[in-house]
Amino acid sequence: MNAMRRGALYLMLTVAALAVLFPLLVMLSTSLKPLDEVTNGSLFALPQDPTLDAWRKAWGSACISGQCSGLSVWFANSFAIVIPALFGSLALGAITGYALSLRSSRWSDLLFAALLIGLFIPPQVTLYPMIVLVREMGLFGSLPGLVFVHLVWGLAFVTLLFRNFFLSVPRDLLKSARVDGAGFLATFWYVLLPLSLPVAAVALVLQFTYIWNDFLLGLTFAGPGRQPVTVALNTLAGSQFGAQEHNVNMAATVIAALPTILVYFLSGRLFVRGIAAGAVKG
Amino acid sequence: MTETCPPRRRWRLPQGAAPAIALVPAALITLVCFYLFIGWTFAISLTDSRLLPNWEFIGLEQYRRLFASSRWWTALENLGLYAVLFIGGCTLLGYLLAILIDRGVRAEGVYRTIFMLPLSMSFVVTGIIWQWMLNPGLGIQQAVRGLGFEEFAFNWLVRADRAIFTVALAGIWQQVGLCMALFLAGLRGIDPNIWKAARVDGIPTWRVYLDIVTPMLKATFFTSTILLFSLAVKSFDLVVALTGGGPGFSSDLPARFVMEHILTRQELGLGAAGAFVMLCTIAAVVAPYLYLQNRRGAA
Amino acid sequence: MQRVRLEAVRKSYGPTTVLEEISLDIEPGEFLVLLGPSGCGKSTLLNIVAGLEDASGGRLLFGDRDVTRLPPDERDIAMVFQSYALYPTMTVRKNIGFGLKMRGEPAALVEERVREVAALLQIGHLLDRRPSQLSGGQQQRVAIGRALVRRPSVFLLDEPLSNLDAKLRADMRVELKRLHAESRRTTLYVTHDQVEAMTLATRIVVLEKGRIQQCDRPEVVYARPANRFVASFVGAPTMNFVEGRLEAAGDHAALRAGDGLIPLPGLAPAPGLKVGEPIVLGFRPEHVATASAGETGTVPGRVLMSEPTGPDLYVLFGLAGQTITARLPPGTDLPPQAAVPLRLDGAAASLFRPADGQRLN
Repeated sequence: MNAMRRGALYLMLTVAALAVLFPLLVMLSTSLKPLDEVTNGSLFALPQDPTLDAWRKAWGSACISGQCSGLSVWFANSFAIVIPALFGSLALGAITGYALSLRSSRWSDLLFAALLIGLFIPPQVTLYPMIVLVREMGLFGSLPGLVFVHLVWGLAFVTLLFRNFFLSVPRDLLKSARVDGAGFLATFWYVLLPLSLPVAAVALVLQFTYIWNDFLLGLTFAGPGRQPVTVALNTLAGSQFGAQEHNVNMAATVIAALPTILVYFLSGRLFVRGIAAGAVKG
Repeated sequence: MTETCPPRRRWRLPQGAAPAIALVPAALITLVCFYLFIGWTFAISLTDSRLLPNWEFIGLEQYRRLFASSRWWTALENLGLYAVLFIGGCTLLGYLLAILIDRGVRAEGVYRTIFMLPLSMSFVVTGIIWQWMLNPGLGIQQAVRGLGFEEFAFNWLVRADRAIFTVALAGIWQQVGLCMALFLAGLRGIDPNIWKAARVDGIPTWRVYLDIVTPMLKATFFTSTILLFSLAVKSFDLVVALTGGGPGFSSDLPARFVMEHILTRQELGLGAAGAFVMLCTIAAVVAPYLYLQNRRGAA
Repeated sequence: MQRVRLEAVRKSYGPTTVLEEISLDIEPGEFLVLLGPSGCGKSTLLNIVAGLEDASGGRLLFGDRDVTRLPPDERDIAMVFQSYALYPTMTVRKNIGFGLKMRGEPAALVEERVREVAALLQIGHLLDRRPSQLSGGQQQRVAIGRALVRRPSVFLLDEPLSNLDAKLRADMRVELKRLHAESRRTTLYVTHDQVEAMTLATRIVVLEKGRIQQCDRPEVVYARPANRFVASFVGAPTMNFVEGRLEAAGDHAALRAGDGLIPLPGLAPAPGLKVGEPIVLGFRPEHVATASAGETGTVPGRVLMSEPTGPDLYVLFGLAGQTITARLPPGTDLPPQAAVPLRLDGAAASLFRPADGQRLN
């Protein structure tokens, strides 16, 4: 009886796991097939004659927006966006979270509530005025412009993570630092920041995932040719014209998804810890 | 030990000034980019702005136009259907998976990692994978027919009355791991003595889950529903990548409707009105939640 | 060595008053213990002296220097916290040296002073460890070292021993006493533990509800508590209280409680006390002794329960309708329900006014 139950348990879990993995396996298998196998063979069939041709084409020579140099250009764009946006938003979120955690006036709790509500605002609501602002700053269609927009949209989430962590730090530690003569910044730098490394790692992993996966902001704010890989991928696979090379599309999809998947596997539990806090951010 | 003289007085900011200064950027961003912009969008929704903003106020005319548009109604109905399917599917499956994992399986980490894997991917990636699998000519339908089931039909992607279901399917696939993680955390937080007591009382496992554990996880259900709802209203990338809102506008969602009217259809006023309705929808659900959270002091 | 002077220091949070007009003169080199139950305001007072909280009113002087508005690091103080508050990510060396570093002292001097203090506290071998790798007692030493290294003129300790187990607490008490004897630094020490207060203090300040109840040398606080609160808070087992009226019995005073008469031989006549006046008699368990039958000046007691603790025997007696505790030499043979004549040492007794609990003699 017990053995049967356990068997059923593992069976259900394994079926569920296969169901989740199935689309990913299809993606991988399709990307390794030559085109005639894709059009004439079955979706379920494994590649008879595995080849990396589709990958090569997706990376180096597929035509996207009239530019036939493959996904590599856009992939590089994504990194150029992610890295400054990531560190900028972490720095801003950490210092803001720290200042809010001191709760030195009632305004700081008010600001925190205002930020928290900001997590739920759909980007469509503030998108157009944001375009106007970025244009007025002379940054529309440029990399710094898009980085700025990511900074704004990531602020609430990163601040939330850091603020809640810093609130959990014993108050005696801050008092002790004050007695030792450490001011606002010295306390942050020497005492709190080293302590917050685990949270910073969570923020890093999650923000990397969010910014890399962003589509809407990249679509709207990046100038032509500067869009992130998600936008390019959608252009490539979503174009309704001409014969679709599904194997190339799938290879491109794998390539676009690879960095965040890698980060996911490398980060382990960090992702799980942050995901609930950041789930509101879509 | 010798005495040192008291430290010399240094120039310094008055108490509390440093944190205030540190908060200036965040406060500016919050005030301008969140709240001022909401006000701006609302104001624009009261004008007849087309390609560019202008300040010819026409009252609620844009809202009248919006709700007279069958496309908008389709988008709203789709959102309703999508939200119900998406939230229901994620909650049910996520809770079930969490319970299965919580029964104490070996290699728990492997299962958990697999279920949460799609979460790490972009909605665009999800959309394109599912678009390929649901492609009636080459995808699952054709493959199953190839196995001998000639009559098998799974062409929802291209059926106007079914396309939104494929969006929900892909959405559930992507987000079920989130629910599982939330519920698993909730289950792990339950006092193990409750299980011991239930075993002593001889209550069957399923009854414990149904009558004892599930009510205890009320707060988790609440939170996950709020999160999923907010995700559903914001859903844009997925529908763009999967169906492009089609066939026709049959699987359109408000988020896509708004984007299209603001950015490509030169209907800024109408788009702003749509965006504001989206905001109100979220507010209607989230505001009570935040209020309750705040009252409990958990926020 | 620094004189610390509090002049009518007040603290309130909105409508709630935590400290009312506290005035204190702390002599240079004194070890002053602030004693009181939790919530009495003692930690708030210490935080005000440290500069971690602002007083709502009054002045604070270190020597001739008015420090009321100075931030903590300009007051020349050091503080040890109950939770130790060691910086978790820094080694012991960096923890101890952090204050000096913030003060801008050269690295060589910091290192030298850290070594000096570490040697004094016998933690030299721990300098490269992190707080999480230390035992509670070691963490405590590091916390003290961090305070000592700054050579403060005023040393503040906020319940520093309450996180330690009983054995370590006793050791650290001795250690603190030694350190104070060597350095003679003005020390303010907050605790709710009256044993710590009695053993360490040159003077004890008993606080309750934001007011000073008594401020005196430990032996005075113990022997002549200023009011019923101090009397019951200091001393364990607690002081016995019996309500009644003052009477004269022969050549000495006595207390009429219910239908019993408790003779108080040796009680010095207090000015203004009249026969028949209602009073509360307070006497410590050690001021009760058994007498042999037929002796005069005794009161009959009935044994209710005996608690041998090793060095002492605590016996609960029913006496004049009330229950009292007596501390007797071990081995005293007292079967339950036995009737025993008891003698109270009137010279050591305290008399309190029933209305407000103030001391009368």
